[in-house]
Amino acid sequence: MYFAWVRERIGVPFEDVQTTAETVSDLVAELSAREDRYAAAFADVSALRVALDQELADFSAPLAGVREVAFFPPMTGG
Amino acid sequence: MSVRVQDAAFDAGAELNAFSTGDGVGAIVSFTGIVRDTDGTLAAMEIEHYSGMTERAIQAIVDDAMARWELQDVLVIHRFGRLVVGAPIMMVATKSAHRADAFAAADFLMDYLKSRAPFWKKETTADGSTWVAAKDVDEDALSRW
Repeated sequence: MYFAWVRERIGVPFEDVQTTAETVSDLVAELSAREDRYAAAFADVSALRVALDQELADFSAPLAGVREVAFFPPMTGG
Repeated sequence: MSVRVQDAAFDAGAELNAFSTGDGVGAIVSFTGIVRDTDGTLAAMEIEHYSGMTERAIQAIVDDAMARWELQDVLVIHRFGRLVVGAPIMMVATKSAHRADAFAAADFLMDYLKSRAPFWKKETTADGSTWVAAKDVDEDALSRW
């Protein structure tokens, strides 16, 4: 899933991705190599946050057993 | 406690009155965030959120506050969707026997809601729309707790 400008840059709010990536960073690299729109969205991962099954996580986190991955910019609630 | 994530407008005064009842109440602290037009150009604000995670994240923040302070009740309302200038975006209220707990918990809730609840603000002016960038000062505020 993608939110805010990450969603706009990639062009879809969510998609099904079959991957053998072991970590979030591996998935980012895999998507970035696939198409320019992903590379553009993931150009600076320090500006991004990731949630695994709706819990904030690190980019080094393993993906084993994870069903839902979400990428988004730092949150601006309140 | 009550956590509401909604696109509908709400009446902060009526919510606060309804919240302020009960036995043994000594202190109520509330904060209401309003859509602000900083330089007179804002046409509207759009708030996107991550449905599902939003409710879980806010509930976790509220649970943390309840564990840290002596609170009788907590209310969190946060809107999403299109908001006009002057409209309430969100409100937090805490209820306690003691003033210090009510103040500290409300402050804590606001700091965490700003940086850990999955909402994203987009501002629309005559020149177009831009996503509001998170501020370092908001992230740094979390280290206070």
